[in-house]
Amino acid sequence: MSGARLELEGLGKRFRGLRAVHDVSFTVPGGAIHALIGPNGAGKTTIFNMIAGALAPDSGVVRLDGQVISGFRPDRICDAGVGRTFQLVKPFKGLSVLENVTVGALHRRPHLAEAREAAAAILSRLGLHDRRHQLAESLTLPDRKRLEVARALATEPKLLLLDEVMAGLRPTEVDVMVGFLRELNQRTGLTILLIEHVMRAVMALAAEVVVVNYGEKVAQGTPQEITRHQAVLDVYLGEQEAL
Amino acid sequence: MSFVKRLTGDASPRILWSLGILLVLLLVAPMMLGKYWLSVLILVLYFAFVGQAWNIMMGFAGQLSLGHALYAGLGGYIAAGLYSHYGIGPWAGLFAAVAAAGVAGAIVGYLGFRFSLAGVYFALLTIAFSEFTRVAFDHWEWAGGSGGLFLKVDTTTDIVNLRGGPVLFYYVILALAAGAFVLCRALLESRLGRYWLAIREDAEAAQAVGVPVLRCKMIAIVISAALTALAGVWNAFYYNNLFPETAFAMGRSIEITLAPIIGGLGTLFGPIVGAVVLTGLGEIFTDLGEALRIPGIKQIFYGLALLVIVMYRPAGLWPWLADKLGLKERQP
Ligand SMILES: Nc1ncnc2c1ncn2[C@@H]1O[C@H](COP(=O)(O)OP(=O)(O)OP(=O)(O)O)[C@@H](O)[C@H]1O
Ligand SMILES: [Mg+2]
Repeated sequence: MSGARLELEGLGKRFRGLRAVHDVSFTVPGGAIHALIGPNGAGKTTIFNMIAGALAPDSGVVRLDGQVISGFRPDRICDAGVGRTFQLVKPFKGLSVLENVTVGALHRRPHLAEAREAAAAILSRLGLHDRRHQLAESLTLPDRKRLEVARALATEPKLLLLDEVMAGLRPTEVDVMVGFLRELNQRTGLTILLIEHVMRAVMALAAEVVVVNYGEKVAQGTPQEITRHQAVLDVYLGEQEAL
Repeated sequence: MSFVKRLTGDASPRILWSLGILLVLLLVAPMMLGKYWLSVLILVLYFAFVGQAWNIMMGFAGQLSLGHALYAGLGGYIAAGLYSHYGIGPWAGLFAAVAAAGVAGAIVGYLGFRFSLAGVYFALLTIAFSEFTRVAFDHWEWAGGSGGLFLKVDTTTDIVNLRGGPVLFYYVILALAAGAFVLCRALLESRLGRYWLAIREDAEAAQAVGVPVLRCKMIAIVISAALTALAGVWNAFYYNNLFPETAFAMGRSIEITLAPIIGGLGTLFGPIVGAVVLTGLGEIFTDLGEALRIPGIKQIFYGLALLVIVMYRPAGLWPWLADKLGLKERQP
């Protein structure tokens, strides 16, 4: 599939002895929303880190619009059009909410005043505008997750990687975030790949779901197909037994 | 005009007026003050200037340098050496001084940042370089070796060669301190400045939003080193002598860090407020020591005073003072 926005081919990563990701391949077409799911420790965040350049893959390649981006520095991958959030949120704690997002906006708008304006607009859409002068460290966890999304969006990416941004949100808040992402996707055509444990959000948003377990892809399909897939049922049944 | 606008930006009129009045007072100060107070004010401005330079690295970009004596020492030695050996005046010599310190900063920075030495490990690297350089200068004939390098004392005013009395040196250090203040404000209100703050807060998150972390850190250390070298040049011509043991001393490096730490890291007014307080305390405790005739009492009181300030105002004096004065320097 040459029209893919994102293409992973045989991606692999080891941490000393541990095979965190092994031979993972899938594509996300431009304008689509796909989800990446799997139990804890399955390797989802590691896959994101390889796409975003925070980790270099041991094997395989990542392509964005047909161009190889694996092996690039994270800031170059951001230049190429990938925005990402961190599962363990990483706000610029000592800066205000507005300035956090402004740093992201400066990436495409070198003038501070313009970047600040763009940042303020994103904050209002995410419902953080009232808190824009607060220090980021004073935000609650759900707000920090929103801040992650806002800061990544401010870089104006073509592909947005969201790592569990709905974890810790109340169901009504999940619905708001789902609505926001769907509207964003429809209006701007932004491609989104999201890691999510909140199935309600996955079902509502994703056209396709990739399931990983022990670092390997075990299934891929529409949300409806996935819920009937035997390998997936085994994965989640296994997890339940372990609990 | 747009540059001026960016500089003043959202600064409150009260701050701008206060700064204007302060500048006028400083400009006329030599006509009002006696020799002693002028020398105190010179010290204040010197520490405000080097503090501002060091603050770019630590306060803005979050990189701890404990070896800034390296840049001041290099700058001073090069300008003084060029003058005493070849008669090349400091206004020309400072270009060589700044270039040398910039290169030294780039080397330290590249080794530290490229190989991801962070925090105290980076600080150790900066100390090591300053110590190597001290030892090298101990053995370098051209620079006078361990016996030191001396400039002929000459108080007839000769602006071209930066020779003259305290008033000349006062105006030069005032210009440097004011220039550094304006430069730092401009930097802070630019993309580069915001990128520094982001790196200080979280380098990984900064890089994920497109900040070229290594490049930004390199620019920080080179600018900081270059400004510090200017202070070194000024220092060499003001005191007329240089010794490796003092120019590259650990104590010299620490001294450079104190004003911004006491005044408020990462703030524009911190280094200035810190320099006033530190110099003031230094003078008071020197007098006290002389009155009490107890040797070493100055250092003890000085140390205690710093301890009290750091314990009760860990963010520095300026943020607290600004709050009291209703001049809150807007936290970016
Ligand atoms: N930097 C690292 N060094 C060593 N091991 C790591 C590192 N990062 C991840 N791992 C290990 O790799 C495996 C996959 O981790 P990863 O964070 O990708 O899982 P995940 O699918 O995102 O899990 P979760 O749902 O809990 O976030 C885990 O066993 C983890 O302990
Ligand atoms: Mg994860």
